Amino acid sequence: MKPFEYASPETEREALEFLSPEPGKTAVLAGGTDLIGLMSRLIVQPERVVSLAGIPSLRAIEVDARGLSIGSMMSLEDVAEHPATAAYPALRQAIGEISSQQLQSQGTLGGELCQRPRCWYFRSGEGLLAREGRSVVEGDNRYHAIFGNSGPAKFVCPSRLAPALIALGAAVRVIGPDVDNETIMPLEAFFRTPEDEHDREHALRGDQIVSHVLLPVARYKSASYEVRQGSGPDYPLAAAAAALAFHGGVVSEARIVLGQVAPTPWISREAIQAIVGCAVNEETAEAAGRAAASVATPLSHNEYKVQLAKVAVKRAILLAAGFESGGF
Amino acid sequence: MVEYVWPDREHTALLGKSHDKIDALAKCTGAAKYSYDIAPERLLLARALGCPLAHCKVKSIDTSAAENVKGVVAVRAMKKEGDEIFWEGDLIAVVAGESEGAVAEGLAAIKADYEPLDVFVNEADLSAAESAKRTAKSGGKVQLKKEPDDDDKDFEEKELARLFKEAAAVVEGHYGIQAITHMCLEPHGSTCDWNDGKLTAHLSTQNVSGTAGQFATPLKLTANDVTVHCDYIGGGFGSKFAADRWDVVAAQLSKDLGRPVKLMLDRDLELKNAGCRPSGFADVKIGADKDGLVTVWDSHHWSTGGWGGAPLPQDQVPYVLVPANFRRRVTNVKTNASPQRAWRAPNHPQACALSQTAVDDIAAKLGLDSYDVFMRNLANAPEARAATYAEEMKIAAKLMDWKSKWHPHGKGGKQGSVVSGLGMALHTWAGGGHGSSCLVKIHPDGGVEAFLGSQDLGTGTRTVIALVLAETFGLPLEAVKVNVGSSKFPASGPSGGSTTVGGVSESSRHAALDALDKLNKLVADKLQVPAENLVARDRRIFDKDHPDKGLSWKEACSLVGMNALEVTARGAPGPKSKLSSSGVGGVQMAEVAVDRETGIVRMKKFVTVQDMGMVINRKTAESQIFGAMIMGIAYALFEERILDPKTGKFVNAEVADYKLPRLGDIGELVVEIYEPDSERARGVIGLGEPPVIGPGAAISNAVCNALGVRVPVLPLTPKRVLDTLKARNA
Repeated sequence: MKPFEYASPETEREALEFLSPEPGKTAVLAGGTDLIGLMSRLIVQPERVVSLAGIPSLRAIEVDARGLSIGSMMSLEDVAEHPATAAYPALRQAIGEISSQQLQSQGTLGGELCQRPRCWYFRSGEGLLAREGRSVVEGDNRYHAIFGNSGPAKFVCPSRLAPALIALGAAVRVIGPDVDNETIMPLEAFFRTPEDEHDREHALRGDQIVSHVLLPVARYKSASYEVRQGSGPDYPLAAAAAALAFHGGVVSEARIVLGQVAPTPWISREAIQAIVGCAVNEETAEAAGRAAASVATPLSHNEYKVQLAKVAVKRAILLAAGFESGGF
Repeated sequence: MVEYVWPDREHTALLGKSHDKIDALAKCTGAAKYSYDIAPERLLLARALGCPLAHCKVKSIDTSAAENVKGVVAVRAMKKEGDEIFWEGDLIAVVAGESEGAVAEGLAAIKADYEPLDVFVNEADLSAAESAKRTAKSGGKVQLKKEPDDDDKDFEEKELARLFKEAAAVVEGHYGIQAITHMCLEPHGSTCDWNDGKLTAHLSTQNVSGTAGQFATPLKLTANDVTVHCDYIGGGFGSKFAADRWDVVAAQLSKDLGRPVKLMLDRDLELKNAGCRPSGFADVKIGADKDGLVTVWDSHHWSTGGWGGAPLPQDQVPYVLVPANFRRRVTNVKTNASPQRAWRAPNHPQACALSQTAVDDIAAKLGLDSYDVFMRNLANAPEARAATYAEEMKIAAKLMDWKSKWHPHGKGGKQGSVVSGLGMALHTWAGGGHGSSCLVKIHPDGGVEAFLGSQDLGTGTRTVIALVLAETFGLPLEAVKVNVGSSKFPASGPSGGSTTVGGVSESSRHAALDALDKLNKLVADKLQVPAENLVARDRRIFDKDHPDKGLSWKEACSLVGMNALEVTARGAPGPKSKLSSSGVGGVQMAEVAVDRETGIVRMKKFVTVQDMGMVINRKTAESQIFGAMIMGIAYALFEERILDPKTGKFVNAEVADYKLPRLGDIGELVVEIYEPDSERARGVIGLGEPPVIGPGAAISNAVCNALGVRVPVLPLTPKRVLDTLKARNA
């Protein structure tokens, strides 16, 4: 790790003053579970690190008639244990799947959304796109994207909460460069697929922070399902979240979002189309999974992930509708 | 005349029972100082720079900018212009500085230029290796019962063809096991402290007594001016026998700079440089009779030990169960990866995974119970071991409840998408004791201590030595102090090959019995009783015929005079020893569940029945077996070294990316030590390695039994399982 300045502001305004618009010059420190590793491997080399730990406004949940506003610096554990999140099972399950006590208690909601991709070419210093994607295409891409990978970005979005949050209709409140500059955007619009090495995988500029995650009043039956080889903190091989509204025993509205399969959380319009208008059962859930997988474009070593995406969608839908997921 | 034997079962107070490690508290509380923790005053930190290319020639290395970084004290190039580099991460230069930040900046400021050369890393693909001209024939053996006629030039092929034709069942299979690393939690490295022309090296090592000389020669010293010290080591597994080239650089820097220097490898450089286990791949054709007894074996296996490392040798395939007729051929593949190092039971896990899978495929082909087929094939096991294996198999089957759980391959019940299966494997290992000397001191105040230039890998060596001394002197365990971990103590062998427990128990028993003999003579004089009548028990030395005639241990020790009674003895392992022996084995049975939709394999239950001669500390012996089973689950299901097929970069050289099982992935572990009187009579034999051998084959066999199809290559990841199922359905 290279030497750096350390700032510990106590208000949102102060935090923004410490941040630079110049990409990479300053870095935001939330829980640090990702940033520290990136800094020690010199993948990011900020001149100044701005900790958000001392800002009380970022650590609270507010409940009102519109829904929830969750401070981005709340720990994952605190989010999961807060009574107000009980109505959002997909979110709680997704936090539970991060089965590392360290990540749950040290990791934050905002940090979880802003963590950098796990792509091993990125993490060995080849850049976010890993030589315009060539390293991934020619190399070992067993964990890389099977959707949305026609451009140079082949990594998968690492966030494990984003699929659930997007399925639940979450938005993010972004502030900066001044505290008066507030943007509220749907979470799916926050994530971007970079087209060149100067782009980021989300909409934040260097002088902005995610201050809150906003959840509308719960109106879905929802669930998350992760395909994880082991019980530890390793990232899942594929994941899906489903939020379903029912009318007369059939699905009237659905939001189905896959994780770990594309450079952004992947909203599957095919799966949504397949399940809306159907009663949920093994066959319809399976068909929705098949529909989601039908547009996959796997790389040379990751065709198996197409099957996993299919299963994740099927099992998330079954769980959301109150059935057993199947599997272990 | 002292007779070097163990007391019999009825007359042991401590040996063979379960004891906590004497250093457990120090380890749990953090009081134990590992090499990584050593931080003398004025310490300089040093780190190395790895080469970014897997095969290249060095065009230039410019360290001048690095030398000018504030806080950098010294930069040493480890390669020079024209040097060829054969694997990614080979060390180019070392930077020493005042702080971690300064060193990081210094490393980033080194300018090195390389000429890229051809890279090959995909040894699994033998024809690709041949096209890349990276293969070499590496021996083999043919053994056929029938003698050839003098003029029969094609005898070998004809005889093999005849044997296969006669076989009731023939199986042709492909099997493989990927290379893995040692993943020591504490990476390789040392803190070297040069003082007054002498070197103290705090080295993370499995070889305290053997490494002083390895520092001395390059530093132009003699070994008497070097002290190697290692109280606690955070994992070695066979990869830490040497003072490595980076350790020598640290020592040289300390000498040049007059300050202590600490150089522990970064995690990625640790994985890229400090050891791996060779891969193994095999095409196997075997024939068997109608009961599954293998009658003929024909195999070709290939592997890589990296660049310049030894590949999987020819002598362990087929493994344990060797039919009367066999042919094996071996090809070595040279890849751009760092050379292999010994990994817990070198070559046995791969040989077992390549061979006992094929035996299980015979059971599948004939529709027989794998247990019966393995039992039948004990006819092909070494004669001296077959009966023991049979007994162990019976115990293991009972513990697993094999007979009631068994179903033919692929024919078990389903619970949704989940199927279950059973598999087993047999293993063997030598484990005879190494050379070891022990100095025992009995102080006039009753204090007892032992000194050995051995090391405790975390497996309980200190406790073993303490138990031997305490048992011999009739003292409680806590009355004995054990000193290991310094090259200035009487020499002991390196802790590899499961040789330590045999080695140190021999030497400490010899020294303790010799010391007791001297003490008994003093007591006999004092009490006027025959020395041969004296026994040491319950903190006393007394006449066994007149127990009231005796002295307390403390009173007895006061007879030694002003200074401690000191005895140094060397153990004498070998065929004549009654204290230790060689040759162990065991049986492992795995029960798994497999989700056919996700390809995920879950361990349900895993049984090991292990013989190991005489047990010294039951708790640490069982703990060794538990650890080996977990390590076996790791390489069977999770871990592998992944090299980029094009560039040769080690892409998962980070803890986050190098998959390992966690507690929730282990399932139920059951350990049974097989120790009837006949085993105990053999004396002490090492068991650190043997139980890590069978898990690959046993778990692969269980997955095959569950699915009805062989997933050929370990580890059995969801990708490999799903790819296999897809290929079968295609």
